[in-house]
Amino acid sequence: MSARYVIVGNGAAGAAAAWAIRARDESAEITIVGDEKVPFYSRPGLAYLLLGVIPDKQVFSRPDRIYAEAAIRRVTARVTAIEPAPHRALLDDGRVLRYDRLLLALGAAATLPSIPGVDLDGVVTLDNYEGTRRIIKLASKARRAVVVGGGITALELAEGLLARGVETHYLMRGERYWANVLDPSESALVEARLVEHGMRIHKGVELGEILGRKGRVAGVRTTAGDEIACDMVGVAIGVQPRTGLAASIGIRTGRGIFASETFETDVPDIFAAGDCAEVLDPATGKRSVDALWSVASEQGRTVGDVMAGHPTVYRRPAPFNVTRIGGITTTVIGSVGTGARDDDLVSLSRGDTFVWREQLADFATVSTQGTDRLRLVIGNDRIAGAVVMGDQTLSRRLQHIVRAPVDITPFREHLLDGSNDLRSVLASLAEGSAMGVT
Amino acid sequence: VLSQLLVRDRAKRDALVSARVVAESARCVECGICSYNCPLGIDVRSHARQGIPVADSHCLTCGECVARCPRGTLHFETSTIFAAAPAAPGARPR
Repeated sequence: MSARYVIVGNGAAGAAAAWAIRARDESAEITIVGDEKVPFYSRPGLAYLLLGVIPDKQVFSRPDRIYAEAAIRRVTARVTAIEPAPHRALLDDGRVLRYDRLLLALGAAATLPSIPGVDLDGVVTLDNYEGTRRIIKLASKARRAVVVGGGITALELAEGLLARGVETHYLMRGERYWANVLDPSESALVEARLVEHGMRIHKGVELGEILGRKGRVAGVRTTAGDEIACDMVGVAIGVQPRTGLAASIGIRTGRGIFASETFETDVPDIFAAGDCAEVLDPATGKRSVDALWSVASEQGRTVGDVMAGHPTVYRRPAPFNVTRIGGITTTVIGSVGTGARDDDLVSLSRGDTFVWREQLADFATVSTQGTDRLRLVIGNDRIAGAVVMGDQTLSRRLQHIVRAPVDITPFREHLLDGSNDLRSVLASLAEGSAMGVT
Repeated sequence: VLSQLLVRDRAKRDALVSARVVAESARCVECGICSYNCPLGIDVRSHARQGIPVADSHCLTCGECVARCPRGTLHFETSTIFAAAPAAPGARPR
């Protein structure tokens, strides 16, 4: 009899796992259960849908047709319970799915602040397709919006609303943008661009209450008592891994669902991967959650191999992400933390990882040319992290140098010596390592 | 300045003639901006997602997808398919 696989969650990790299983096992019965009605879409792509650079249908990156071609069944329902002993998953429409192996790839949901007015009509998060459609609809009538939160998602939301002609006020609790990842100059670069684009930035301001009229957002009141009238409030203070289903069957959870380096949970034949999972890194002995599309895809591929009977240990690479903030293409690789406090995020936001916030007792070296900026965090024998803003010529090379990691000992002095051109030193470093490999 | 312009123009022409678009799948988030902006309607995204070069014979190497990808997933790589076959004895043309 062919093996039955049930994957709970139709996101990056779930889909990658399904295709990995199919590649290993032609006869497997693979079912993906997701509670969203629409086909598979690019969650990071929602930001571009909101910005208006792609039309609605473009976010659907894997139509049902290619699921059918791979003989992967997609079921629209919510899993309400799992019965580990008889290996059954119960769906909210009454159906029952039997499994030999089950993957929890439930993702993470946007966190809402616990303040009065948060349930008013007009409070939005950039979280899923339906929600994004709603933001676009509301933005077509809104005149003014307030956005709170830190990191990438808050800016995607704020810039999207601005692009749709809404007067947008971005509230920061701290004194600068994304303080624990970006250094002061990098924050200043982004903020200057935002202001140039028409963003109204308010610093040192904390949202105290959302004001309503007839169930709809009418404004916000800050903790200092100031009021801003508005029609919409965008919130991006972090995401919460979906752990409830796992916890209900006795699987240990922390920030996310505890998973081993082979993605096994406490319950036999149940695995967890992607944004919902807190995965053990055997190299450090620590568990971590990374809310990154690339990490979710990689974890999905790996867990798919494991579930199909090909034991593969997940080696966590130095996380990286590329995004446009304030119109500046920015790549963040490895540990780049500044040690500054950032009160704007209560947890990870989408496209974020705790690794970036790690501050090492290392040196930072910087090179700036206009809006092109490069910051390297230099360890004893390796580059621990990098922030590349603007010109991305070096970012692919750096990704390799940080992830490998390449031994920088022969070049360390040159990297730390401010008089050298960082870019040419890096070029010779990458060349040296390439020659070392071949 | 003029010679710089000429060099740039030459590089651009070389790219048009002999380069192809390659993808680094780890950067791709499947947003579809590449496919949307392809003047010939090539599904660049599915290539990018799987990390395979855009080997579609219709590709003009116009660079729209490379320039518009917000994540730097795509870049040009000089292809050797138009170069003379290597002279090594017995080597098959590439």
